[in-house]
Amino acid sequence: MEAFITQLLNGLVTSMLLFIVAAGLSLIFGLMDVINLAHGAFYLLGGYVALTVMEQSGEFWRALIYAPLIVALLGLIIEVVFLRRLYGRHRHLEQVLLMFGVALIVTDFIRATWGAFVESVPNPELLSGHVTIFNVQYPVYRLSLIGFGLMLAFLLWLFIERTRLGAIVRAGVSDAQMVGGLGIDVQRVFAAMFAFGTALAALAGVVGAPIFSLYPGLDSEVLILALVVVVIGGLGTLKGAFYGSLVIGLADTFGKAALPEFSRFLLFAVMAAVLLIRPTGLFGQKGG
Amino acid sequence: MATLKARLSTAPVWLIRHQRWALIAALAFACIYPYVVRLYFVTLAEDVLIFAIFAMSLDLLLGYTGLTSFGHAAFFGAGAYLLAYLTTRFGVTNLVITVPLVLLGTAMLAMLIGFFTLRTRGIYFLMVTLAFAQMLFSIAINWSAVTGGSDGLPGVPRPSIGIGPLSFTFDSRESFYYLILVCFLLTYWLLRRIVNSPLGWAFRGIRENEARMRALGYNTFRFKLASFAIGGAFAGLAGLLQAHSARIASPENLYWTMSGQVMIMVIVGGASTLSGPVLGAATVRLLRNFISSATPRWETLMGAIFILFVLFARRGIVGVLSDARKRFEAERPATAARPAEISESPQAEAE
Repeated sequence: MEAFITQLLNGLVTSMLLFIVAAGLSLIFGLMDVINLAHGAFYLLGGYVALTVMEQSGEFWRALIYAPLIVALLGLIIEVVFLRRLYGRHRHLEQVLLMFGVALIVTDFIRATWGAFVESVPNPELLSGHVTIFNVQYPVYRLSLIGFGLMLAFLLWLFIERTRLGAIVRAGVSDAQMVGGLGIDVQRVFAAMFAFGTALAALAGVVGAPIFSLYPGLDSEVLILALVVVVIGGLGTLKGAFYGSLVIGLADTFGKAALPEFSRFLLFAVMAAVLLIRPTGLFGQKGG
Repeated sequence: MATLKARLSTAPVWLIRHQRWALIAALAFACIYPYVVRLYFVTLAEDVLIFAIFAMSLDLLLGYTGLTSFGHAAFFGAGAYLLAYLTTRFGVTNLVITVPLVLLGTAMLAMLIGFFTLRTRGIYFLMVTLAFAQMLFSIAINWSAVTGGSDGLPGVPRPSIGIGPLSFTFDSRESFYYLILVCFLLTYWLLRRIVNSPLGWAFRGIRENEARMRALGYNTFRFKLASFAIGGAFAGLAGLLQAHSARIASPENLYWTMSGQVMIMVIVGGASTLSGPVLGAATVRLLRNFISSATPRWETLMGAIFILFVLFARRGIVGVLSDARKRFEAERPATAARPAEISESPQAEAE
């Protein structure tokens, strides 16, 4: 029973981290129809920038603020300089290849700057130590990460459903051209959301670093898991990203405990099953 | 200066006009190649030819059937691993046995993955194929008892052919080069026959308008599955040759950057032609080789080159060539007597 609860909590931690990554991926796709193949690279870059900030300042919260901002700035530059030229219905492939090129450059930059070793990141001091719940000793940091993820999900939901900018984003998801026709500067909304999506990836990189460490190659793991999440949940919906993350996070954690060699296999079996039943994902309306 | 520029700009046109002779000359050169260059360049040519097979196999999906698969490395890597497993565990090096087994194995794997992924289309298809290919990568990394984990399966011997006293082992670099050259020519010929057959036209019909093909009574799912299986099998053949050439099947062959690289080859060369992927494979592999010997930061440079290609040369090398031809023929209206062919520039290779 104790083991089960520990695994359950671990699964929720993974789920929440995945949600933060997948929400960014899903929002970017929903609004501008772009699959951001550099999303995993942005996650990893966020983690490494946070590592450097922490080594310089020794404070976790500084890293939590600076790293996403720096990576978001990079995202903004990429959107304005390159991606903007490639919007359009039949240009998916070009966008994908552009972001693939960006991913290659970012991961190579990471290797050049921080080396190719596994960097472990300590828990922030304020959240170190353990608490006991249901007779299980569990790290405070991980527990607070679950809370952080839930809070972020709620804030994102508030933003999308209850603010003016959120309404513009929702309208943009259904018909960006129409929104432009109403006199709203869609280009600026696109740029802002792309930067925001990359900031989410970097944020996940920061808070995930103490748990999963940082190493080249993690970028593709994160990207693929996030892709599986949005395929299961449905692209372009926050709800899909949330429930998809829960399914994948729990399946991955319990799968690793039961069949360590084939844990990934389980994830893809889930994905294959969803594809057979609902090719557009559980909550998806677009594509398919 | 102006005449030099004019001459340079008509050079591609000259090549296209005298395509037959250019091809015969290239083939003759390919035959004597290992005896006129250094060993290093023979290895380089092998690499280019293997990736040319791989890129052509993706073009059947991407260019002819309109299936934007970002997981083509799955079949390349699977071919390499199957071959490495057959040779190192069972000691089978005879191509008469290994080639059919690898083709069959990768085609079946493609049918299995296609069965799930072909229910989606467009960007979803791209994501799902990427995810499935990456699943194979993670299996290759984690299931070390069979796949050797992150070390892969080393110690792949050279291939052989024939039986008993009539058997031959491709030990020398030259003989191995000829083996790859023959495989390349066979693949080109077979794929060319396929894309110009009724099956190939059905693939193109699906690329242009799938709903209409369905309305015409085609079971488009089955045709897409067939395209996926054929493309997968040829990618498996490329993987087999790669494992023999590198003497190892490594997980890197399954990694998503491999899928990206081969897709870049098709786009750089020009999709929907068979010569495009060959030119693209040569460009990418040669660039990669020269840049990586010059700087450790070659991935950054490759990434930058890919970005420039995507932004400025959407239709690839073959597209640039056929534009040059169009300009040339527009200047001399007397020779531009084939408007049908001009409007369908992707078929420029069908001489």
